Amino acid sequence: MSDSVVDPDEVGHVADLARVDLSEEEREQFAEQFADILSYFETLEEVPDIEREPELTNVMRPDERRESLSQDEALRNAPETEDGYFKGPKVS
Amino acid sequence: MSTEYNGYVTEETIEGTEDGPLAGKTVAIKDNISTEGVPTTCGSAMLEGYVPPYDATVVSRVKEAGGTIPGKTNMDEFGMGTTNETSAFGSVENPAAEGHVPGGSSGGSAAVVAAGDADMALGSDTGGSVRCPAAFCGVVGIKPTYGLVSRYGLVAYANSLEQIGPLAPTVEEAAELLEVIAGPDEHDGTTRDATDHGTDYDFAAAADGDVDGLSIGVPTELVEGADEEVVETFWDAIDELEAQGASYHEVELPSVEHAVEAYYVIAMSEASSNLARFDGVRYGPSPDYEGNWNEEFAKVREEGFGPEVKRRVLLGTYALSAGYQDKYYKKAQDARAWVKQDFDEALSEADVLASPTMPVPPFELGESLDDPLKMYLADANTTPVNLANLPAISVPAGETSDGLPVGLQLVGPAFGEKTIIRAGSALA
Repeated sequence: MSDSVVDPDEVGHVADLARVDLSEEEREQFAEQFADILSYFETLEEVPDIEREPELTNVMRPDERRESLSQDEALRNAPETEDGYFKGPKVS
Repeated sequence: MSTEYNGYVTEETIEGTEDGPLAGKTVAIKDNISTEGVPTTCGSAMLEGYVPPYDATVVSRVKEAGGTIPGKTNMDEFGMGTTNETSAFGSVENPAAEGHVPGGSSGGSAAVVAAGDADMALGSDTGGSVRCPAAFCGVVGIKPTYGLVSRYGLVAYANSLEQIGPLAPTVEEAAELLEVIAGPDEHDGTTRDATDHGTDYDFAAAADGDVDGLSIGVPTELVEGADEEVVETFWDAIDELEAQGASYHEVELPSVEHAVEAYYVIAMSEASSNLARFDGVRYGPSPDYEGNWNEEFAKVREEGFGPEVKRRVLLGTYALSAGYQDKYYKKAQDARAWVKQDFDEALSEADVLASPTMPVPPFELGESLDDPLKMYLADANTTPVNLANLPAISVPAGETSDGLPVGLQLVGPAFGEKTIIRAGSALA
C-alpha cells in the first residue's frame, strides 16, 4: 500500500488548511476515496524528468486610469455591507 | 424547470443587436460565463442569486453579432464533473439517450442544443467539458487552442487549462460561433492573435468537408482501452473519412498514460487557489458572523460547496502542501511537458490525430456518483489535449447498438482550428 494513505484526521487537517468545515461522515468518506485517488496519482513517479521550457511571457499595459465597476456595482452581491464597504467577520 | 430534462438553470432572454452573423439564432450560455444582470451560478449553491455586474467578452461578442441568449445552462458545480450530476440544481437528463447523463461539465449546453431548444451554445472545456457532453448528446463541440478565445468573465476553475468553446448541431454552425467569439481581448492577457500564428479566423468557410489527402494519426493508447462498441463506431467513422480521400496511420503517445493523473493534480491545485475567493463576504451565502474570520469562512464553504468541489479543493490543497509538492505538482508538470512533446511529434507526421472522444458511452444517471475515480478515468482521451494547449473537435460518429451516441475526437496543431473543422465537417 502506498505511503500517502490518509486517515480521517489528516483529511481534517487539510480541510482546516483549505478552510472547509467537514462533517465526521465526510471526513471518513473522503479518507477512503482519497486513498484510491492518491495511489492513482502516485503513478506520476513513472514520469521521466522532462526538460521544460516555460512558454511564459509577461503581458504588460500602461498603468493608466480607466473605467471600472462603480462602488455600488461592486457591492451589489455582498450579503452585508456598511458605509460603502464589504462587511466581514472579525479577523481574530 | 424550463425544460423537462433540466437543461437551464435560468431561463431569461437577453436580446442581441439586430444585425450580424448570428441574427435570428439563439445561443445558450453555460452558467459559469458572466451575463450582466442575469444570474450566473456556476451550478453551485455558493453563487445562488449572484448577479454579475458585467458581461464576459464572449457574451458581448455574441450579442454584438446579433445572437439571442435564451438562458443559462446547467453544469457540474464550477465545471467539476464529467456527468453534470454534481450541479446543485439537479442532474440533466440526456435528450439523446433517455435515462443517461448528458456528460459534463457543459451538460446543459449540449442538452439544449441536442433537444433543439437552442440553435447553439457556449461551454467551457478544462479537461473535456465541451467535447464530452457533445459526444454524449450527439452534437458537435470545439475546444479551441489555448489563448484563441477570451476567458474574461469566465468564473475560473483551472486557468492554465480552460477555454470557452462552441456547441452546435453541425460543424459549420459551431465554426460560425467560434468565428464570433475568437480573437484577442485586452481584458485577458492570455489571449493570442491567430494571425500572428500563420492563420486567420475564417472558420465557417473551412467547413467544406474536403478531406482529400488528409493524413490522420490514430494514437493506439487512446483506442485500446475503450469500450468495444465505441471502438467499432470509431473505426467506421475512420473508414468513412478514408472513403472520402483521407488516409490513416497509427501513432504512439506513451505520455498519455499519465495524462489523467497529471490533469487532475494540476486542475485541483489551481482550483484550490481559485476557489479561495468564495468566502461569503463579497458574494455567497450570508454568514452569521458569530465566530472569527477563519471559522466563518470554513462554515460558509461547508454549506456552499458540494462534495465534488470539496474533494477537489482538498486534494489540490494536499498536492500543494509542504512535502508533497515535488511528488505531485512538479511531476504533473513534467507529465504535461511530456504530453506536449508527444503531440508535437505525432502532429509533425499527421494533419490531425483521431480517437474516440470518450472511451465509454454515456453513463446511466447515478452510475458514477459514488466512485469519483471512475468518473475521472473517463476523461482519458480529452485531458491530454488541454495539457498540450491544442485545439480539438468532437463530432458525432454514430451510435452503439443500444442507440447511445459516440463521438469522434480530432486534435490539431496549435491554431489548427481550420484543419480540424475541415476534417470534422466531412462527418457532420
